[in-house]
Amino acid sequence: MMEIGLTHFLVVGALVFLAGMFCVLTRRNAIGILMGVELILNSANINYLAFSRYSSMSYDGHLFAIFVIMLAAAEAAIGLAIVLGIYQTFHTIDVEATDTLRL
Amino acid sequence: MQEAAHTAHEAAIHTVTYLRWIPLLPLIGAVINGIGGYWIQKSAGKNVVGAIACAMPLLGFVLAVRAFLQLMGLDASERLLLDSVFPWIHVGNLAVDVAFQIDPLSSVMILIITGVGGLIHIYSTAYMHEEPAFWRFFAYLNLFTFAMLTLVMGDNLLLMFVGWEGVGLCSYALIGFWYSEWANASAGSKAFIVNRVGDFGFMCATFLLFWSLAEAGHPTLLFREIAQHAPLLENHVFWGMGTVTLITMLMFVGATGKSAQIPLYVWLPDAMAGPTPVSALIHAATMVTAGVYMIARLSVLFDMAPTTGAVIASVGAATAFFAATIGTTQFDIKKVLAYSTVSQLGFMFIAMGVGAYATGVFHLMTHAFFKACLFLGSGSVIHAMHHEQDMRKMGGLKKWMPYTYATYLLSTLAIAGIPPFSGFFSKDEILWKAFSSGHRIVWFVAVCAAAMTAFYMFRSVYMTFHGESRADEHTKHHLHESPLAMTIPLMVLAALATFSGFLNVPHALFGDARFDAWLAPVVQHGDHGAHGAHGGGHHVEVIEYVLMALSVAVAAAGIWVARAMYETGTMKPDRLVYAFGGKLYRTVYNKYYVDEAYDATVIAGTMGMTRVSAWFDTNIVDGIVNGSAWVVRMLSQLYGLFDHYVVDGAVNGVAVVTSVIGSRVRRLQTGHINAYLYVVVLAVVGMMVARIW
Repeated sequence: MMEIGLTHFLVVGALVFLAGMFCVLTRRNAIGILMGVELILNSANINYLAFSRYSSMSYDGHLFAIFVIMLAAAEAAIGLAIVLGIYQTFHTIDVEATDTLRL
Repeated sequence: MQEAAHTAHEAAIHTVTYLRWIPLLPLIGAVINGIGGYWIQKSAGKNVVGAIACAMPLLGFVLAVRAFLQLMGLDASERLLLDSVFPWIHVGNLAVDVAFQIDPLSSVMILIITGVGGLIHIYSTAYMHEEPAFWRFFAYLNLFTFAMLTLVMGDNLLLMFVGWEGVGLCSYALIGFWYSEWANASAGSKAFIVNRVGDFGFMCATFLLFWSLAEAGHPTLLFREIAQHAPLLENHVFWGMGTVTLITMLMFVGATGKSAQIPLYVWLPDAMAGPTPVSALIHAATMVTAGVYMIARLSVLFDMAPTTGAVIASVGAATAFFAATIGTTQFDIKKVLAYSTVSQLGFMFIAMGVGAYATGVFHLMTHAFFKACLFLGSGSVIHAMHHEQDMRKMGGLKKWMPYTYATYLLSTLAIAGIPPFSGFFSKDEILWKAFSSGHRIVWFVAVCAAAMTAFYMFRSVYMTFHGESRADEHTKHHLHESPLAMTIPLMVLAALATFSGFLNVPHALFGDARFDAWLAPVVQHGDHGAHGAHGGGHHVEVIEYVLMALSVAVAAAGIWVARAMYETGTMKPDRLVYAFGGKLYRTVYNKYYVDEAYDATVIAGTMGMTRVSAWFDTNIVDGIVNGSAWVVRMLSQLYGLFDHYVVDGAVNGVAVVTSVIGSRVRRLQTGHINAYLYVVVLAVVGMMVARIW
């Protein structure tokens, strides 16, 4: 029976990151992509806290995590607003359809 | 030595400053009417234009009279007034000023030009009254007066030449005054071009004279110095000819052009295309006598060249005779007068040729009076006849036009040489001088010409004024005597034509030959009178009376024949025509086909030359020009190709490459968020891999 250590946290963080990455890359729904972004951000949070706990023994990691959460909230608000704008313009939130910027 | 002679000469010259105004006033008139005439005529009317134009020669006449009186008051050897206006050409050893001089000869000329000219100006105000370009006519007329006065008043050959050319120009402008008619315009050109031939002679003579005088050590073109230094040229030889003979011959060529002598007389009859006052002023009274004046002015040279004198007398006699024969056959009243003018000029040249310069100038003066009067009279007739000039359509006009008839008749008597009219004295003097100087053939030809003169002039009187009117009813209805502005000049001129002969009554008729004496200081040159027509006047010979009676008799015979043919009808002109087989008559009627001969030789030759030149121009010159143009075009095409393919290719190539790359690169911008994310992820992964590696 192994003691739960840094490695485990990093693996969990990596798994969450991969899940988020997968979600971002595969979703065609804009809200799905935003959700994937949240997962990626939170995987980063896990890493911060893990390194904070096992490496530096300081509160730097916590501070960053709180920043990230705050940023994520702001990002989500702006992202949802963009999604709403996209919906009003295209009547869909499918990112495949919103290719007007392409020349 | 030259200095001493110079100062001695200066002493005889009287400097005055009013002479310049005599030619300048008409010039001012010409400038005013030439530049502002159109507006003056429009705003102030034709009378103002006419008044300005008439005032100038009349003021000039007043000044001319003043100069004449001043000359009269001087001693005969000192009669020279000089007005030096400004230095003109001072180059090397040539020193010429714009200077006007009056000596007895010039004084006679300026009195004629301003006096007769002024009368003709007045006449023209009425004659030209219907003319829209009234102002232009008077501007030309004043300009002509200026040029003619410059010609006779210039104290050197160059200034004389300026006037000489100026009168030619004005003559051209006035002959072609109604230039919209082709015939008038071409008559003007003809006069100008024929005169150019003569002018060429004049110029050559001037150059030769200056050159030879320079070689003799006294380069000058001033008349008074030429007179002084001419003896230096006595033995001068140029191209194997006596230089003086050559100079005078060339001068005479100039005179034949200006004064309408054979072979250059052809322009004068055509010059009748101009308005009639112009014919009177320019082509009868003044300009055409320029050649006579020039010979009198340079008489010192002509005295030294007896050969030239003989040529001049012969040409003069031939001209007098042939022109008179043509005059007998013409039906156009102005053509008759034109040939009469040519003929009378021939008489003047006979006088010049035999060395009787004063007599020639005397005839010049009387001719100016009676011929101006005749021309103005014919103008009066033409005016009344609505511009009909054919005498066959006139007749009986004396009933409607008594003043014109009377003046015309008086002048005709004068030209016919009936005593005591002026023409008798002047013409008879010429005949006598020709005879007494030994030119018997010239004399005989001239007497024949005089007889014909009497004939054709009375023919014109009878055809125009006597008999039944042959005009149509409309013209007859409008027949009227001309206004006073026309008849008064006629009367003045007729009076002059009648009485001016008394100025020079010969010694043979108990006169004192005052005119000859007046001109003597200018035209008599001591012992240089090579063929002595002058000096012999004081002892009277019986033969002079015989010849005088003879010339009156032939004139009377001419008049009698004219009367028989055209008044009483006892002789039929037609019969005379057929007596010579008609051929002679046709030849004379067609003016000996001289115009046709000129057409066939000179004109055709010139035209042939122009055709050759044109061929050369189109084929050779144009060929060269076009060839070089072709070469340039080909070269530029090469440059064009280079430009198109190399320069443009480079520029366009850059653009094409850029655009191709751009179109490829823009594929990257898909607009799909997923695609971008893939790229981001792959890039991150790639970087990580690269880093770990």
